Amino acid sequence: MTTTEQSYTTPPQLTESLKKYQNTSAFVGLVFLGLLVAGYFMAGEQQFLRSYLAGFFMWFGAGAGCLALLMTQYLTGGAWGVMIRRLLEAGAKTLYVMWFGFLPLLLGAQQIYWWTTPAGLADKRIHEKVLYLNVEFLWIRWVIYGVIWLGLTYLLNKWSALEDETKSTDYSKKLESLSAPGVIAFFFTMTFASVDYLMVLEPHWFSTIYGFLTIIGEGLTAFCLINIVMALLAKHEPFNHLITDKHRHDLGKLTLAFVMLWAYLNFSQLLITWSANLPDEVVWYIKRWNGGWGSVATLLWVFQFFVPFGLLLSQTNKKSPAKIAGISAFILVVRALDYCFLVEPNFTDARNVQFNAHWLDIIAPIGFGGLWLALFFRNLSQTRLLPIGAPDFQKALNHGRDH
Amino acid sequence: MSVQALETVHTLYGIMAEFETPGHLVAAARKVRLAGFKKFDAYTPYPIHELDEAMDLHDNRVSLYTLIGGCLGGIGGFSLASWVQSVALPLNIGGRPLISVPMFIPVTFECTILIGGLTAAISMLLLNGLPLPYHPVFNVDRFVDASRSKFFLCIESADAKFDRDNTVSFLESLNPVEIAEVAR
Repeated sequence: MTTTEQSYTTPPQLTESLKKYQNTSAFVGLVFLGLLVAGYFMAGEQQFLRSYLAGFFMWFGAGAGCLALLMTQYLTGGAWGVMIRRLLEAGAKTLYVMWFGFLPLLLGAQQIYWWTTPAGLADKRIHEKVLYLNVEFLWIRWVIYGVIWLGLTYLLNKWSALEDETKSTDYSKKLESLSAPGVIAFFFTMTFASVDYLMVLEPHWFSTIYGFLTIIGEGLTAFCLINIVMALLAKHEPFNHLITDKHRHDLGKLTLAFVMLWAYLNFSQLLITWSANLPDEVVWYIKRWNGGWGSVATLLWVFQFFVPFGLLLSQTNKKSPAKIAGISAFILVVRALDYCFLVEPNFTDARNVQFNAHWLDIIAPIGFGGLWLALFFRNLSQTRLLPIGAPDFQKALNHGRDH
Repeated sequence: MSVQALETVHTLYGIMAEFETPGHLVAAARKVRLAGFKKFDAYTPYPIHELDEAMDLHDNRVSLYTLIGGCLGGIGGFSLASWVQSVALPLNIGGRPLISVPMFIPVTFECTILIGGLTAAISMLLLNGLPLPYHPVFNVDRFVDASRSKFFLCIESADAKFDRDNTVSFLESLNPVEIAEVAR
């Protein structure tokens, strides 16, 4: 197949469509974020922050997942990474905005993070961890995370654009050598961030697998979004004949791997807690075992593992754009439920567990989803959608075609 | 089938063409299929995924058997653990229920993998027709290269469309390196 460089620039029609997606997403985002703000006055600051945290963290995680996958694909190589590189870059760039989303949580910390209140800080066991659990360090960590995540995003985007322009492999090498320490830094910072914003909601509880679980969940969110966008692109010139079934098949297989990893890590956490049966550790599960939250847990197992696992086993489902996009959209909905499940039950009493989900828990993920997608499509419409400067670009395009 | 044709079937296994690259082989296989041949096979030193599509192969029985084997293994593993813990040797472990589901999952999982894996391997061998001590294609001397560097395609004489002369000239039109008759 010989195609000139010209044919890889985004045709005006596609740019038009991307703008349309951007505007629709922005509209939905604004309406629902408006409703979320209205919820602040109707349901109170704490409920607002709880729903905010669940919805925000899911979509912040979508950007973070894109950043992690962007670095991973530089390290592993492979056609799948080349094909989705620009989408991952656009996704990672949403962090420029999403990072500021932590501010309401930091400012309202006393409402939602019990350990930051005077009573919490006076607690004996919180006090023993004062080296880590203190409010000043919480702010400092937020800055450190920002420097690392945004710095990585900035450099990866800059060098990748230069690689396109110059076709010089110097930049390819730079991208690879940044990605290796980048992935390690990402895993550390994201583990700490998951502790800071999610795990400490249950102040005495801890799980060493929690960081991994958060990161794998973010990767899953990112893959689902990528699958949907790839299906959208496959409807347009020139992507309808650039993206092959084989590309989709590979992405589907990776999505399946993340579905399984999510289940594997979640189950490991449960199994360890179940065998040890220690009062500190079981409290997290007691709130999520019976009643309403117990049913949610069952729903999560069925719909975030068994159903997508079964559907993604089939090659036909992975190769068809409509089917893989449908399955991915379905997983995304369950992801939102998962974040609600991680946040809300912490605010019920272990001795008298209530199903304390709130209507704002539905509003928040839609609002942030609209915002995220608007940013994402805006980023996409401003760049060429394929990395023509990547050393193995032609090879990646020909993946799944006859030799 | 005429007497002569019948005789051919008894002495001639098929006509074999040799190709230099996997690309040539895939293109040839596609043309052979489109020409209406059903009984032909391709021989390569390593798996070539495009061949499945070129030859229109849709036999997924191994996946189905593996799925069934895996499910049976999983059910079996869980039942075994439950029977041992609740009937054969009921033990109260830290006040947990006798059928302590999370603890049984590793066993269930391992049994799923074990039986699923064994089913996959055994059904693959059986469906491939293995073990097979004799195969006529080895009567062609150059065929030893099929496990090293060359790519072969053989149209079998048992095919309804097979005709010694026409098949040879058809295969020649596919630009092979060499054509050989395969004795039974």
